[in-house]
Amino acid sequence: MRYTNILALLPALIVLPVSAAQAEAYPSTYSPLPSDATLITRATILTGTGERLEDASLLMSGGKIAFVGEGDVPAGVTTIDASGRWVTPGLIDAHSHLGVYPSPGVKAHSDGNEATKPATPNVWAEHSVWPQDPGFSRALAGGITSLQTLPGSANLFGGRGVTLKNVYSTSYQGMKFPGAPHGLKMACGENPKRVYGDRKQLPSTRMGNVAAYREQWIEAQKYIADWSAYEKKLADGKEDATPPKRDLKLETLAGVLKGEILVHQHCYRADEMMTILDMADEFGYKVTAFHHGVEAYKIADVLAEKSVCGALWADWWGFKMEAYDGIQENIALVDRPEGSCAIVHSDSGEGIQRLNQEAAKAMSSGNRAGLNITPERAIAWITSNPARSLGIDEQTGSLEAGKMADVVIWSGNPFSVYAKANQVFVDGALLYDRDNPDLQPVSDFELGQLQGVSK
Amino acid sequence: MNTLKTIFIATLAAFSIAAQAQTIMIRGATVHTMDEEGTLENTDVFISDGKIQKIGKNLAVPADIYVFNAEGKPLTPGFFAGVSSIGITEVSAVEESYDGGLALDEIRPEFNVVPAYNPHSSLVPVTRIEGFSFTLLGADPKGSIFGGQGRMVALDGGYESFFGGAVLFINVGRDASSLSGKSRAGQWMLLNQAMNEADNPPVSTESALLTRAGRGTLSVFTDSGKVVFDVDRASDILETLRFANKYGLDAVILGGAEAWMVAEQLASANVPVLLNPLVNLPGNFDSLGSRLDNAAILEAAGVTVAISGAGSHNARKQRQMAGTAVSYGMPHAAGIASLTSNPARIFGVEDQQGSIRRNMPANVVLWNGDPLEVTSAAEVVIINGKLIPMESRQTKLRDRYLSENPEMPRAYIKP
Repeated sequence: MRYTNILALLPALIVLPVSAAQAEAYPSTYSPLPSDATLITRATILTGTGERLEDASLLMSGGKIAFVGEGDVPAGVTTIDASGRWVTPGLIDAHSHLGVYPSPGVKAHSDGNEATKPATPNVWAEHSVWPQDPGFSRALAGGITSLQTLPGSANLFGGRGVTLKNVYSTSYQGMKFPGAPHGLKMACGENPKRVYGDRKQLPSTRMGNVAAYREQWIEAQKYIADWSAYEKKLADGKEDATPPKRDLKLETLAGVLKGEILVHQHCYRADEMMTILDMADEFGYKVTAFHHGVEAYKIADVLAEKSVCGALWADWWGFKMEAYDGIQENIALVDRPEGSCAIVHSDSGEGIQRLNQEAAKAMSSGNRAGLNITPERAIAWITSNPARSLGIDEQTGSLEAGKMADVVIWSGNPFSVYAKANQVFVDGALLYDRDNPDLQPVSDFELGQLQGVSK
Repeated sequence: MNTLKTIFIATLAAFSIAAQAQTIMIRGATVHTMDEEGTLENTDVFISDGKIQKIGKNLAVPADIYVFNAEGKPLTPGFFAGVSSIGITEVSAVEESYDGGLALDEIRPEFNVVPAYNPHSSLVPVTRIEGFSFTLLGADPKGSIFGGQGRMVALDGGYESFFGGAVLFINVGRDASSLSGKSRAGQWMLLNQAMNEADNPPVSTESALLTRAGRGTLSVFTDSGKVVFDVDRASDILETLRFANKYGLDAVILGGAEAWMVAEQLASANVPVLLNPLVNLPGNFDSLGSRLDNAAILEAAGVTVAISGAGSHNARKQRQMAGTAVSYGMPHAAGIASLTSNPARIFGVEDQQGSIRRNMPANVVLWNGDPLEVTSAAEVVIINGKLIPMESRQTKLRDRYLSENPEMPRAYIKP
């Protein structure tokens, strides 16, 4: 019997401390910045839901999208004539290391891999995030309004990722996306076996990777059972029952088995992804997204059928053996089946600044292979699909009434090397304006550098 | 494209890799000559015996040759893939497939990567079908601040496709600190000592930095040959200019994140810059001044700028990098030049690559749109007069997996 089935039998009133601890710890203190009601008119709008509207309007009010297309406009709104310009949802990067591998990339800032043990699901990336990373400002200028910062891939279980609003704050809590679930970064393939194999430790092989994963899941199952037994004793009136010892590692893994934490699995090869999917079935959890997946095109139908996203690069390949079969049509081929969830991710402080161009490359590679992909479809790769993979698609990732007003006005068609994000709104607040230096944030690190140099 | 092209493209797969130069006519292109003639509308280019024979309007078409009707599309010189290890590496992390640096803990400027070049590397087709006809094989500093030497190679797949003179690579600044006693001042100490040894061999070999061959190499470069200094910080760039001037070295700056801060000095010293226009993060303390309009500022100041930095596997990204430089203020023609005529002139190979001129080796690319646009692609690639099959290991993998639900395992699909 799979563990999910056991969990389903638990009485609903039993609340495991697992979830209580997660819900309360290190809570988000983010609140939207002040905004004016803003009407964008005469724009070409890509909604992120597959639609393209011409000469259309969009109203932001109270931090939310009031309407897209046409609707009632209250008096006194700020109006932006976006003739000739394009409007999209704020871009979302499902795979970033901003904050945990910040600029400058000095050793003292190397906070993304707790490469001391192959299984560290107890660590949380947010506890490494440096909110002064200058990379956040560069990403904002590229239209990024939300991102997931993940631990690195040295470990089988790398730790929890955190989803952030791309706003400057003195604390990461001030950036933390309200209500977003945690992600768990897992890594298969070369990295863990290289890091630990070089130290003559498990894992040194791919089969060692899988054995080590499975052992951890078995422990997590026991952890859930122990807590369930304890809760049952309490429910039976045995008030002197001793609770099991809290375990940060197993709390995270139990959170995955309970469906509260989303699995972001770094994996390159098609055969390894298939193994991971079987392992998820064995232990009754779901893989939310494969990341990097340079061979995802080989199993595009399986990913779509199992509703697993592929968070991928447009053209990276060859930097290691498991990246040798990368092709430029990977994203387009993963996008092809019904029910697919293709995502363009960056994994890079440079790439996150031009996710739109990465999507443009992937789209045109696909079109040259005869796949006929339109901008209104491809925009989902960098908006609604990553939102889905982060569990924030109810709040953002598309331009629909009632959603967060995370919006970008582009100088033109964003699927171009020449397009620039002119204005970027986060929850309706204008946080970046290319024409107004006052609305271009500068991190503490960069302030006052290079004195005497005239820019 | 008309049907003629379709027919001929279909036959290209049959060519052997040692294809001979063909007779080819490209009709009605917008020809970016990157030479004195500028851009020529609706112009024909006739290629035979590996060379550009004629450029003109309504040229006569001999029988039985390859004809491409460009219909006004851009024809440019083949693009420069930057300083790379194409043909020197296969998989970066597979150590035994990488030969781009000498990891001996000695100063060996005589090291030269050229004998390691493998024209059958999968990177050669992957790169050239994206419109790239040449690259500069670099030598990475692994054991000392002298990386060693490299050379230009045309990506036509030949064993002997090298051209131009040897180029010496030296690293200074942050990256080289660990190779010079953990001080960048130590780099200049070592570099000065090495140059002095080249002129005045030490009496005792025990304290010598260089081998006899190394001294010979450095002596050569004080007379002729380009010396590429990989350096980012403005103050280090100025020190490089002083050093090069002192020893009569013909310097080229590689990287140059803060080059814009010393644009005037670079222009007056006539020292060109190979740069990556995407660098705009303060990734380290040598590049606090990095910015997206670095290329535009340098070009406006009269510095010759070329693009480098996309690496080996993804060298095709050089186009996007030049497009970004244009997006941030560089004139479009200068953007094309940064991938063609500028790198050719910087390394003294303008008679081989970088422009479309009569009697030059035919290195041309026909594009389906703006060559600097991310949605554009190369349609026809000709390197040293050879029509390049638009195939690579990657296109074959694509074609193997493009068909849905094949009956037999895909191992039986062999595009």
